[in-house]
Amino acid sequence: MDQLLNDFSPGLFFMQAIILLILILLMRKFAWKPILNSLQDREDGIQDALKSAEEARKEMQNLQADNERILNEARAERDGMLKEARELKENLISEAKSEAKSEADKIVAQAQATIASEKKAAIAELKNQVAELSIEIAEKVVRKELSSKDKQLELVESMLGDVTLN
Amino acid sequence: MKVFQRSLKYATIVLLMLTGSVVCASSGDEQHRVGGNPIDTQEEINAYIKHHLQDSHDFTFYTNGETGTHYGFPLPVILWDGGIKTFMSSKFHHGETVAESGGSYYKLYHGKVYKTDAEGTITLDDHDHPTNTKPLDFSITKSVVGMLLAGLLMLLLFSALARGYKKGPIPSGFARVLEPLVIYVRDEIARPNIGENKYRKYMGFLLTVFFFIWILNLLGLTPLGFNVTGNIAVTVCLALFTFFIVQFSGNKEYWKHIFWMPGVPVPMKIILMPIEILGMLTKPFSLLIRLFANITAGHFVVMSLIALMITMKAVFGPVASTGMSLVLSLFISVIEILVAFLQAFIFTMLSSLFIGMAVAEHDHH
Amino acid sequence: MYNLIGAGLIVIGGGIGLGQIGGKAMEGIARQPEAAGKIQTAMIIIGALLEGLAFGALILGK
Repeated sequence: MDQLLNDFSPGLFFMQAIILLILILLMRKFAWKPILNSLQDREDGIQDALKSAEEARKEMQNLQADNERILNEARAERDGMLKEARELKENLISEAKSEAKSEADKIVAQAQATIASEKKAAIAELKNQVAELSIEIAEKVVRKELSSKDKQLELVESMLGDVTLN
Repeated sequence: MKVFQRSLKYATIVLLMLTGSVVCASSGDEQHRVGGNPIDTQEEINAYIKHHLQDSHDFTFYTNGETGTHYGFPLPVILWDGGIKTFMSSKFHHGETVAESGGSYYKLYHGKVYKTDAEGTITLDDHDHPTNTKPLDFSITKSVVGMLLAGLLMLLLFSALARGYKKGPIPSGFARVLEPLVIYVRDEIARPNIGENKYRKYMGFLLTVFFFIWILNLLGLTPLGFNVTGNIAVTVCLALFTFFIVQFSGNKEYWKHIFWMPGVPVPMKIILMPIEILGMLTKPFSLLIRLFANITAGHFVVMSLIALMITMKAVFGPVASTGMSLVLSLFISVIEILVAFLQAFIFTMLSSLFIGMAVAEHDHH
Repeated sequence: MYNLIGAGLIVIGGGIGLGQIGGKAMEGIARQPEAAGKIQTAMIIIGALLEGLAFGALILGK
C-alpha cells in the first residue's frame, strides 16, 4: 500500500483524466453515435424487411385463397349454367316431344273422325243408292211382273190369300 | 556473452515470428546494463523489472551496455513548480545528470522527478524514500504517449467504421472485424446489465473504456515496453470515472438503498448504512486494483520468465535455458492475450453492472 | 515474512473460492448445456469479484 501510494503519480492521473474525457467526447461524436445509429437503423431495417416479407407472404396467401375462391365460384357458376342449360334443353325437348305427340294425336284423332264420318257418309250414300237401285229394280220387276192382267190378279190373289181374314 | 546475445536475438526473432509482435514484453530491455555491468543477478533483474513496471520519462528501446548508450527518444517534461517548466527529458541523461530549468534543478530518481540543488543531491529517509520535494509532473511520459497512441488508434479505426456506414449498411475491410466487437459490447455487456431503455446513454463511456483498456493491454504485450494499464494512476482514473458516472446516474431508489435500506427494522438500517457506503466505495476500488494487479502481475511473470534465460544459464547452459524461457514465456504470453481481453471485458462488465444497479427500478418485494 | 504468510493465506482462500466457482459452473453447464453462455458470464463476474477481493487484500497487506 505504502509503495503503491508512492508510485501514484498525480500528474499522470491528471493527464489520463483529461485524455480519457476528451477521448470519450470525441469518440461519442465521431464514432459511437454514428456507428450505433447505423446499427440501429440496420437492425430496424432488417426487422421491417422481415415484417413486410411476412405481410407479403400473408397477402400472397390471402390472394391465393381469394383466387381459389373465385375459381371455385366460377366453376360452380359454370356447372350451374351447364346444368341449367341441360335442364332447359331437356325441357325443350320433352316439351317439343309432348307437343308433337299431342299434335300428332290430334291429327290422328281428326283423321280418324274424318275417316269415320266419311265412312258413315259413304255407307249412308251406299245405303241410299242401294235403296234406290232396289226400288228401281223392284219397280222394273214389278212392272214386268204386273204387265199382264192375270198376273196382277194372281198377285192380288196370293196376297189376299196371305191375308187371313180373321 | 556472444553466445548469449546471439541466442537472445534468435529467441526474439523466433518469438516475433511465432506470435507477431504481441509476445515478448520488452525482451530488448533485457540487455540493459547499468554502468557497463550485465544484469545477471536476481536482484538486478528484480530492480530492472520494477523499473519497467514504472512510468518513465523517455522511450528506450535498447541500451548498449558496453558503451552505455541508450537507443530511443526523449519525451517532453512538463513540471508545475511555481510556474510551468518544460524541457526535454534528454536533459536528465537517464537520471545521471541534473536538469536545470528556470533557475531550479531537477533530478530523476527511480523514474520520478525531484527538486534538488545544483549538485543533484538526493537525501533519503529511513525507508529509502527521498525527502526532496516533488514538483507536480504533467510530463508527456511513456504512459501518456501510450494513451495518446491508443486514443489515436481508436479514433482512426472507429471513425473509419462510422464513415463506412455512409457507403452502405454493411462495412467492408477491417471495419468488419470492429463491428462485431461494438455489437458484442452493446448486446452482451451494456444491454443485459443496464436495461433496454437506459443503456444508450452509457454506451459512449462503456465502448470507449472497453477499447481503451483492451488496446492498452495489448500494447503492453508488444516489445515497445508500455505498461499503461498496469499503472495505478491510470486505473484509479478509470475507476473514478465509473464511480462518478454511477453516483450521478443513481436514482432515488439507489440512494434509499444506501442510506435507509427499505424493508428492514430501524436498528438494522442504521447498521447497514455504513456498510452500504463502504460498499459504494469498494466497488471502484476493486475495479482499479483488479486491473492494476492483473496487468502488473502479467508483465512481471512474462519478464521473469524471459529472465530465466539469464538466471538458469549457469545451471542448464545457454541453449536449454533459452528454450525453456522461450516456451514458458510464449505460453504465458498467449494467456496474457486472453487476460488483456478479459480485463477489458470485466472492467466494462462490472462498470455496466454498477450503473445498472444505480438506475434499476426496484419492484418492492 | 508475515506479509508472505498473509499472501499465502489469501491465495489459499482465493484458490478455494475460485475452485468452487469454476467447479459449480462446470456442473451447471454439464446439467444444462444450453445455459452455458449465461453461466459463463456469471462465473466470470463472480470470479472477478473474488479476484478483486483477493488482490485488494494482497495490496493492502503489502
